[in-house]
Amino acid sequence: MSDRMTAPVATPSSGPSRRGVLAGAAGLSFAFGLSLDTTGRALAQAGGVVNAYIRIMPDGAITIYAPVPEMGQATNTAIPLIIAEELDADWSKVKVETAPVAAAYNHPVFRAQFVVASLSTRAYWMPVRTAGAQARRVLLDAAAARWGVPASELTTEPSVVVHAASGRRLGYGEIASFATVPNPLPEIKPENLKPPASFRLIGKDVARWDVPLKATGKAVYAIDVQVPGMAHAVLARAPVMGGGPASHNGDEVRRMPGVVAVVALANGVAVVAERIEQALAGRAALKVEWSAAPASGYDSAAGLQKYLADARDATRLGIVGRKTGEVAPALAAAARVVSGEYTTDYVYHAQMEPLTCVASVRPDGVEIWAGTQWPTKVQEDAARIAGVALDKVKVNMQPMGGGYGRRAQTEYASEAVEVSKAIGRPVKLMATREDDVINAHCRPMTAHRIDVGLDETGKVTAWRHRLAADLVVVQVYGQARLDAQKGVDHIVMAHADVPLYDVPNHQAEHIYEDSGVRTAAWRGIGAGPNAFAVEAMVDDLARLAGQDPVAYRLALLKEPRARAVVQAAAQMSDWSRKRDGAALGFAFARLGVPQLGESLAGAVVETVLDQASGKLRVARIWCAVDVGLPVQPRNIAQQVEGSLIWGVSSAIKEQIVFKGGAVQQRNYTDYEVLRMSETPEINVRVMRSGDIPLPVGELGLAAVTPAISNAVLAMTGKRLRNAPFTAERVMAALKA
Amino acid sequence: MTSLTVNGIQRQVAADPGTPLLWVLREELRLTGAKYGCGVAACGACTVHVDGEAVRACATPVSAVAGKAVVTIEGLPGGENNPLVKAWIAEQTPQCGYCQSGQIMSAAALLRKTPRPSRQEIVDAMDGNLCRCGAYNQIIASIERASREG
Repeated sequence: MSDRMTAPVATPSSGPSRRGVLAGAAGLSFAFGLSLDTTGRALAQAGGVVNAYIRIMPDGAITIYAPVPEMGQATNTAIPLIIAEELDADWSKVKVETAPVAAAYNHPVFRAQFVVASLSTRAYWMPVRTAGAQARRVLLDAAAARWGVPASELTTEPSVVVHAASGRRLGYGEIASFATVPNPLPEIKPENLKPPASFRLIGKDVARWDVPLKATGKAVYAIDVQVPGMAHAVLARAPVMGGGPASHNGDEVRRMPGVVAVVALANGVAVVAERIEQALAGRAALKVEWSAAPASGYDSAAGLQKYLADARDATRLGIVGRKTGEVAPALAAAARVVSGEYTTDYVYHAQMEPLTCVASVRPDGVEIWAGTQWPTKVQEDAARIAGVALDKVKVNMQPMGGGYGRRAQTEYASEAVEVSKAIGRPVKLMATREDDVINAHCRPMTAHRIDVGLDETGKVTAWRHRLAADLVVVQVYGQARLDAQKGVDHIVMAHADVPLYDVPNHQAEHIYEDSGVRTAAWRGIGAGPNAFAVEAMVDDLARLAGQDPVAYRLALLKEPRARAVVQAAAQMSDWSRKRDGAALGFAFARLGVPQLGESLAGAVVETVLDQASGKLRVARIWCAVDVGLPVQPRNIAQQVEGSLIWGVSSAIKEQIVFKGGAVQQRNYTDYEVLRMSETPEINVRVMRSGDIPLPVGELGLAAVTPAISNAVLAMTGKRLRNAPFTAERVMAALKA
Repeated sequence: MTSLTVNGIQRQVAADPGTPLLWVLREELRLTGAKYGCGVAACGACTVHVDGEAVRACATPVSAVAGKAVVTIEGLPGGENNPLVKAWIAEQTPQCGYCQSGQIMSAAALLRKTPRPSRQEIVDAMDGNLCRCGAYNQIIASIERASREG
């Protein structure tokens, strides 16, 4: 069976042994199923496979399979590192390979290979520790049998089993040369795992194995893949969701140099050519008349006014997410009700690698090379489209040139499969940047209305947050998922509630909008807009009470972890010191779900405002995060820093406008993202609480927009309510 | 056929003269380090050197580099021992990594002309290179390190 183990090693993930470009890969056998059950067999004859995650070779080389698609979050190092910790492996002898797409590597919560919600390390934590400890136990037991001593007398040092009483030592490779994989594999209980105090790798900054590849141009993204016989395709997609080609000049385009086919799909027209520049020329010459679609009359500027009116209409009860107490009687009984309204515009992911997939559909199966957050879905959809069994679809997980939620939707892979099937050749389907923007799946536009009830002493007694926005869950997961959640769109509603603030009656509601445009999870999901509304409102309340915003929050927050990040961020920023020509703003943010544990952030943003032009600049950010157990502290700080930069970018620059249901922007020239010259100095403090790693990749983003708005409030007494805070909007707010 | 020198090797390429250099490098010569990001010289992911100058390969027709010396990230002197690459690794700069070839090629052109750039000079030279993951401060630190340790 060892030959079957070679297949995943030959797949073109960007492991250290990869060539820059794949030639000859299309001829791979489809017999790639990894033999993960090697029980009862000699390890050396079983390709070194101890379990799905670990191979140990007689020369001591250890391969650990990284199960999670990689988009820059570095779980392809963090998760193997956790396995190596429990295996007690010498990290210098470990090679990480990207795992194949197979059930053994499924996310323990999502039951699929699927990376979203910053939940990879958190969810794989116990299963992969167990896998590592299990392999270590196999080695200990084999050494004990060889030496004729009880396993309880043995310990390990990195990649070595030690019998201290006799001074004997056996390297993991030596043991691998004679060990048998027991049947059944040893059972590992939580109490058999390493105590965190003895971690050698977790909590240290271990270099990421893919960094040298990414610093030398050798990492192979889907867009870099070439297979023999491959054609190039570019797809003109319907600019309005649900539209399709009514007519097109494909016959003319077909006669252009190098064009081999023009393929009409339900939602667009693909030009296929021998060379990419020929496909692009064909795309430029392609003229398509699009059928009408539900959103054809949609204009987002008018939509925002409608959303705001809907959010304001308190007689209309939205879908209630989390609630505490009874908000309506508490508001009715309040001595005073204070209200705030806030909006955010549509934003686009702008991931730097345009959506691209290479697909090869053959009668006997399908092979796909894709950067995708949901390879399991890519596999299932390809099987359905090609009409083959699931085990005849091989999906190679390429590193993603940015994901941020966009690649949790996988239509571009299905389209590549459709085109390859239609032309009977392997094809690389690449979006031009313009097509990527036209096909933007946005974080939906939102309008928020918050009503807060106060008693005679100014204490908050009621908090009602009404949020009007399009649905996202339906477009990512389908209607059945929304129905199963009783209509609660957890992506839109993320952190619309205020569970950590001392508010006896609170309720968050989602008023459904149905604009008919494409939506998606976008880094930080609903927490971005929702925390803007919540944290701006908190600052408004502090101002009303005549209190310092940090002191006011500390009075409302009882949870010690929350208080700790708030206090830390205030201390890091020297909060009470006045800045010349700048102002500080504070915000608090959460990430995650209560069932699995939330990470927390406190952020201070130093904002500079040119009051003559309305132009905002963020000069500095201090951010304290509590991430539970930090597995890779430096990477965590970098992820949070990236998240904060997303926050700044979306707060002051990013904006997608729809007219006639179609995106009006086209490229980085009119959808601008933050540049180096606009990037603040950032200080992140990574704080530990407990022994479980909590979500990281989207942490901090949600604090930035409200903190900027709060800084401008502190500076000018004017509240910025409509994100992004373009110069025009800032000027309007200053004059209001 | 267009004749050019790529990473020190004379190459004849079949692409039409108007074809952007980026596609010739990536698809015909299979040098995929330079990336496609925008096609309009707005993101910097495709940055390569032509006769020592940083250019955006996506907006440079191959005819414009006929007879010239093109260097891509694959031809950066020293490979993993290049001071910039070493600094990028030391600072653990890339996240998704997609923009990083272009970042490094822009940085290499900067350091050739200005071996000890100020922070402002770094920002001015690098401002056309987008990094969506937000690794800008690590990129600055990497360039400062390469300049210092070069």
